[in-house]
Amino acid sequence: MRQDYEMVIGLEVHVELKTATKIFCSCPTTFGAEPNTQCCPVCMGMPGTLPVLNEQVVEYAMKAGLALNCTIASYSKQDRKNYFYPDLPKAYQISQYDLPLCEHGYLDVEAEEGTRRVGITRIHIEEDAGKLIHDEQKGTLLDCNRCGVPLIEIVSEPDIRSSQEAKAYVQKLRSILLYTGVSDCKMNEGSLRCDVNLSVRKKGVKELGTRTEMKNLNSFQFIQKAIEYEFGRQVELLEKGEAIVQETRRFDQASGKTYSMRSKEDAQDYRYFPDPDLVPIRVLPSRLQAIQASIPILPDQRKKEYVQRYAISAHDAELLAADRATADYFEMAVGKTQYPKLLANLILSEIARHTDKEAIRIPINPGHMAMAAQLFGSGRINSGTAKRLVQMMWEDDRDPETLVVEEGLEQIQDPAILSAAAQEVIAENEKIVRDYVGGKKAAFQALVGQTMKKTKGKGDPAQIQEILRGLLDTK
Amino acid sequence: MTDGFSATVDQLIQLQGANEISAKETVQIYLDRIQQVDPEIGAYITITEETALQQAEAVDALRAQGETLPLLAGIPAAIKDNICTKGVKTTCASKMLASFVPPYDAFVMEQLTDQRVVMLGKANMDEFAMGSTTENSYFHPTKNPRNPQRVPGGSSGGSAAAVAAGEAAFALGSDTGGSIRQPAAFCGIVGMKPTYGLVSRYGLVAFASSLDQIGPLTRTVRDSALILNAIAGHDCRDATSLAHPAEDYTRDLEKGVQGMRIAIPREYFGEGLSAAVKDRILKTAALYEKLGAELVDVSMESMKSALAAYYVISSAEASSNLARFDGIRYGYRAAEYADIDELYKKTRSEGFGREVKRRIMLGSFALSSGYYDAYYKKALQVRTLIMNDFKRVFDRCDVILSPVAPTTAYGLGEKCSDPLEMYMGDIYTVPVNIAGIPAISMPCGVDADGMPIGVQLMGPTLSEAALYRAAYALEQEMNGTESGGVKNAARL
Repeated sequence: MRQDYEMVIGLEVHVELKTATKIFCSCPTTFGAEPNTQCCPVCMGMPGTLPVLNEQVVEYAMKAGLALNCTIASYSKQDRKNYFYPDLPKAYQISQYDLPLCEHGYLDVEAEEGTRRVGITRIHIEEDAGKLIHDEQKGTLLDCNRCGVPLIEIVSEPDIRSSQEAKAYVQKLRSILLYTGVSDCKMNEGSLRCDVNLSVRKKGVKELGTRTEMKNLNSFQFIQKAIEYEFGRQVELLEKGEAIVQETRRFDQASGKTYSMRSKEDAQDYRYFPDPDLVPIRVLPSRLQAIQASIPILPDQRKKEYVQRYAISAHDAELLAADRATADYFEMAVGKTQYPKLLANLILSEIARHTDKEAIRIPINPGHMAMAAQLFGSGRINSGTAKRLVQMMWEDDRDPETLVVEEGLEQIQDPAILSAAAQEVIAENEKIVRDYVGGKKAAFQALVGQTMKKTKGKGDPAQIQEILRGLLDTK
Repeated sequence: MTDGFSATVDQLIQLQGANEISAKETVQIYLDRIQQVDPEIGAYITITEETALQQAEAVDALRAQGETLPLLAGIPAAIKDNICTKGVKTTCASKMLASFVPPYDAFVMEQLTDQRVVMLGKANMDEFAMGSTTENSYFHPTKNPRNPQRVPGGSSGGSAAAVAAGEAAFALGSDTGGSIRQPAAFCGIVGMKPTYGLVSRYGLVAFASSLDQIGPLTRTVRDSALILNAIAGHDCRDATSLAHPAEDYTRDLEKGVQGMRIAIPREYFGEGLSAAVKDRILKTAALYEKLGAELVDVSMESMKSALAAYYVISSAEASSNLARFDGIRYGYRAAEYADIDELYKKTRSEGFGREVKRRIMLGSFALSSGYYDAYYKKALQVRTLIMNDFKRVFDRCDVILSPVAPTTAYGLGEKCSDPLEMYMGDIYTVPVNIAGIPAISMPCGVDADGMPIGVQLMGPTLSEAALYRAAYALEQEMNGTESGGVKNAARL
């Protein structure tokens, strides 16, 4: 049943720009301040106050647009989106309606069947609303700190076909935005929020089905869960011969289900019109060029270089390039070793241990990391020791060569020592040896492990295997 | 000058500068006059007697110390109540903001404070500047000092009446579709609507953002130029504020109109214009000819659509600008409500008057999906046509001369029942706002009942100095004549 259908997904991603001040006034944008300590008459929409556009917002939005392969409009304008809600002080949000700043971009994501291109319809600038705090005793309270924090809304084409692709798209988007430095993209602080538009259709059908929208999904996990649930729900309805209602649905984190919020019939008429308090945004070619020049080398280009120049696998290269700090780190270290693949492995396996952190900064001198790869590659230490060495340096960043000498970590390659250890292991593990000789090939690894242990983990694993085979195969 | 309160700003500057009268004495004269006549006229919503006297004393103290004072130091003024005044109620003559005290000054108030102008109080107006008679005030109507049975015009009726009655030496008003010029004409004073963007709108409670402009109401042309000197200037808090270098608007006053080309547009003299006004305006044109100007007969086709375009654009913007008055953060809030929607509905139903609600509905409709193209978009197209029409005329003429309003001030309550007829009264003033150009309204005579008639002079963008020059020439010519008599404060 499910396999007969495909899902069609378009994403709307809201990203807070990390300008020092708000979009239309000079209040700071710092996250987590005491309620109503970062607002003024302008962002609180007091009578008579006027918005003045923060030019940094335009610059950051253009940067994001260029990094996402968009065309930047030489003329765009800001419009009012009118609706009543207590967290919206002016009762309209200043956004962009028919002439957004950026259009016609795209993003390449790694999917199961290789690279897929997801179109970006538009990116526009707008202001964030405030926050309502529901307190049982005091009732509903309003915090205006977030009012007027600058946002960009990135709208994708309906090009996404699975929850994994949706996740990969948001991850890639996040990676690129972090590279350009326009946002800190912290999903847990709400500086990156995702709305999912989803419809289903029978495989092979061209027409789009009726879509539903799920708002404000703030983790990769929720995005995937909401998509899987909603896909199943829509397929089930269609199989029962029922129609999909075009509506906004809320994803409930606890149950993992989506619930109807409001249907299209209740949809508001936002009465968009150009904001007469603001002047059109004109972008001169010279300014566009300056911003283009300020965009760093992006993850896709770095990934390509790592694959071509260092023969690193596409998978590892994507991981290395995804985070700018990690990629920069790799590039600082790679010149100091003859073993770039080993270096990449060491970095990635160590980072994998620290995934709980949102942003990873490796507290090891890149030269030290390169030296560890060098020690490993040249055979002075084995792979287990190399990983241990990196962990030791993470705690206390010292020269790895000194550490190896002081701690006696050098790889043991003396055949006499290794042979003696192997013979001891054979003598002490008669049963395992019998199993192996009897045809149990898996028993061999246990003997290798025991021998490594005898060498305190410092033995050369390849040599140990060779010696053990020689000793056992004569039996 | 017969009474202190009839003095012009210019005269008060001279008198105070020569120590013939102190700032405090000046202010006291006006406060006494307010006490004497305002119960009948109703020009003010709030009178700031205490701070006015303190400010005046401070001016006198500085003068006594030999300090060089700004030009307008110690000059008493009325401020329209939609201009934010820090610590002083700014009500917009609405129940919605009846108790609203802004924690900030409007840009123009900062300018006047720098000048050490003394604020006497906040002037009455039509609620949120919507209206032409000042009868739409939540507090009380204002009466025309020339004849208290008549309306003072609007929406800056309180500002105009205060100046005409000698309750202030000058006043600030705001003009979205004629709200400075029409009450100035009805009350027989000078009203200037500057170029859009010349005076910052920061702190002016918005009615229609693309049309609103603050300007002075004064007894003389020179006074108007002096006040504009003080309030014009770039403000980085208003994105539509022009980066225009400071000018001295008094510089060309005495240059005369010799060789000036004055356009007389046919469309401003058609149906609906009262005979008395028409006659007086044409005589005024003839007077200009006598003074050496050249009259040019022109046609401005697009003017026929101006009123409709104005009511669509201004109402659309107003419907959005006034949405923030929702009872959540400040202003009026309905006493009882079951939920948030009812809070909104009751607050706005009870807090706004009829005319404001009418325009919010009109504007919301014009912006609605399915109607936007037919109304709002069409109105913007008309706006372009009007701008082009003005440009075409200004390519060969210096100023355009027209009536300000089709009639002189009418009786209180006379037009309240028919909003459309009321809107028709704006027909000669709205094109200027739509095009963003400056225009001045000044007295040019009286009708058979002795009610003042105003002439409007319109000029291209930033031509204020030329408008003042033309207006001053007329004012000098009419000085001492019966028609010029309206210049003095009304006898009450």
